Amino acid sequence: MLRVQGRLIKSDRTSVQRSHAQCRVSKRSAFYEPSFSRDPSFAKLEDRDREHFRSILGESGVITDPEEVDSYNTDWMKKYQGQGKIVLRPKTTEQVSQILRYCNERKLAVVPQGGNTGLVGGSVPVFDEIVLSTSLMDKILSFDKVSGIVTCQSGVVLEKMEDYLGSLDHVFPLDLGAKGSCQIGGNVSTNAGGLRLMRYGSLHGNVLGMEVVLADGTILDNLTSLRKDNTGYDLKQLFIGSEGTLGIITALSVLAPPKPQSVHVMFVGVQSFKDVCSFYQEAKKELSEILSAVEFLDAGSMDLVLRHRKDVTDPFKERYPFYCLIETSGSRASHDFEKLENFMERILGNENSYVKDGVIADQTSQIQSIWKLREGISESLQREGTVYKYDISLPLSHFYSIVEEFQEKFAKRAIVVGYGHIGDGNLHLNICTPKFDADVYHMIEPYVFEWTSRVRGSISAEHGMGVSKPPFLHFSKSHDMISAMHRIKNVFDPHGILNPYKVIPRDQQ
Amino acid sequence: MKAFVGCKRVIDYAVKPRINPEKTGVVTQNVKMSINPFDEIAVEEALKLKEKGIVKEIVAVMVGPSAGSLQLTNGPLAMGADRGILVEIPEEDANPLLVAKVFQKLIAKENPELVLLGKQAIDNDANQTGQILAGLMQWPQGTCASKVEMAEKQVTVTREIDSGLRTVTMDLPAIVTCDLRLNTPRFATLQNIMKARKKTIEKTTPKDLGVDFAPKLKVLQLDEPSVRKAGIKVATVEDLVGHLKKTGTI
Repeated sequence: MLRVQGRLIKSDRTSVQRSHAQCRVSKRSAFYEPSFSRDPSFAKLEDRDREHFRSILGESGVITDPEEVDSYNTDWMKKYQGQGKIVLRPKTTEQVSQILRYCNERKLAVVPQGGNTGLVGGSVPVFDEIVLSTSLMDKILSFDKVSGIVTCQSGVVLEKMEDYLGSLDHVFPLDLGAKGSCQIGGNVSTNAGGLRLMRYGSLHGNVLGMEVVLADGTILDNLTSLRKDNTGYDLKQLFIGSEGTLGIITALSVLAPPKPQSVHVMFVGVQSFKDVCSFYQEAKKELSEILSAVEFLDAGSMDLVLRHRKDVTDPFKERYPFYCLIETSGSRASHDFEKLENFMERILGNENSYVKDGVIADQTSQIQSIWKLREGISESLQREGTVYKYDISLPLSHFYSIVEEFQEKFAKRAIVVGYGHIGDGNLHLNICTPKFDADVYHMIEPYVFEWTSRVRGSISAEHGMGVSKPPFLHFSKSHDMISAMHRIKNVFDPHGILNPYKVIPRDQQ
Repeated sequence: MKAFVGCKRVIDYAVKPRINPEKTGVVTQNVKMSINPFDEIAVEEALKLKEKGIVKEIVAVMVGPSAGSLQLTNGPLAMGADRGILVEIPEEDANPLLVAKVFQKLIAKENPELVLLGKQAIDNDANQTGQILAGLMQWPQGTCASKVEMAEKQVTVTREIDSGLRTVTMDLPAIVTCDLRLNTPRFATLQNIMKARKKTIEKTTPKDLGVDFAPKLKVLQLDEPSVRKAGIKVATVEDLVGHLKKTGTI
């Protein structure tokens, strides 16, 4: 592998993984406090339980050392901290089934955990729930070259899957900044969106088969690799996005698209958000089927990334209020480039072009440099201070105004930035204070959700509900819908042991 | 001063090369091609010298197939080189001696005072063209450069060598081959990509230049490197000695 700039190219992608390894929390720094108390119907962990788990998993499959358990109790942002006492690490579906059957009988609460990269506190205990980690279920089981269908256990790390498929000329239909740590099972149970949703569609379309273990230990084997199968209710769709509250996914088969031979990335600077929209419209029209990603970021985001990451530089000589990144993927470089040339002619054509400056790359190292400007924002925010993160779906007409409103409201008190998947109408609104500031926090919530609800947006475009958002679910879903969700939860998990306190609000139970 | 920059068209470094069924070469059909990364560093260095006013004209020279004009346009010309020369040959990987001879003829025609090349190509890893060319031209050479400084009619090159850094000063005209840490190649701006389409690429062939390009080497067979066998653990020193004896190591 070529060493460019003295580093293996792969290590750039695992920088998120490295910062995860440093995530061990030695003192309580989390600022989320649950406003409810532990459900008394759950049992408390006893010695006989520990012995039973050891008999299923062996010594190495059970972690009870407090320091080690601690890292599983805290999320990546260090915002949520639970008090779990034990971590279970099964290697097989059968072991997961035995664990859940026992926990269901004993009424012991369980939190399924993959890469623990979630941003809404969905993957860590709130109180003393048992953590069931899928990290040791990391085998890729098979790949069919003709259909492009890959089958794997749910604990495979996304980046490892990407490398595996890459060597076989395919790609995984999902890509996100946390790829060095997140696991496929977690991605599917949270219906992760990521950077290429606009090209490859959501996981609801790409997941063809699933093996899932229910709360009572029943193994539902729907691990088929069929493109079309209209036989009865498509149950797997329920588990996709249910964040581990209806069952624990143990294996998946996913449709992997062919790897594009030709990838181009263009990065431009513009003066206003209106120009971002014009650029996006023009790109959709001229590049249409080869467009694979459209992202935007504002000056504040650019500022943070350039400040905190040593491995990126500004490709332009001056700063612009907004930046837009588009990526094209196709099977033929000359064909793609012809489209790009036409596109460039249109946007640069006249004297008063709204594109103030722009660069284009097709070399892998340059493409990665540009992507880092967008993918590095989240990590840079974490380094800056305490982050209040909001992931909302909005109509484009109202997209950036919420950012401007908060920027005015918090003027010198907090950094407010906006960036995200403009191609999917998904804004990542982030507010950052040097230390946790309760006043700022209460000025943001629930106002931001009320605002979103008023313009008929979604309070969680892709991050999910976790533990932080259930109280606000009514801003995006009607009373009757939430009722129906409770009924489904009761069907699959009558004792409520799977990931309690998450996804749906408790009051109505 | 005019500068030549050698730009080779190679399989993109991120692509895993595959050996063709006849085992005589690698598959290049439908494979992403790029400019050799070390050559891009050479282009960037030439551009820096042009920005300092030392170099007046940068000519990007490629010895490769005619499809290489796409890489020349979107790479060196889009970065800012003034024009290109494409010496068309049928296959991708040409012998460094023959490439050097082609450069020798072009130098006689164009009279550049500085020739910048990448230190090696990522497909053959030869690291020979610059050195052979210096020999043919009887010019001084500064290879594996991590720093280049120009003074009046002289160039000082800091070279990365196994034991550290060696600095050499040479009179122009000279050959410099560029190493990784010399610089970071700039992005092609949208404006420059549009301008690059209007820049000229002069096309010629080795025959036109009077170079016999018939290959002097024949590749007999190309194989993948053998898969590394797993190691084994032994419990005692006696076991270790026994194994070493069994494999004939001792």
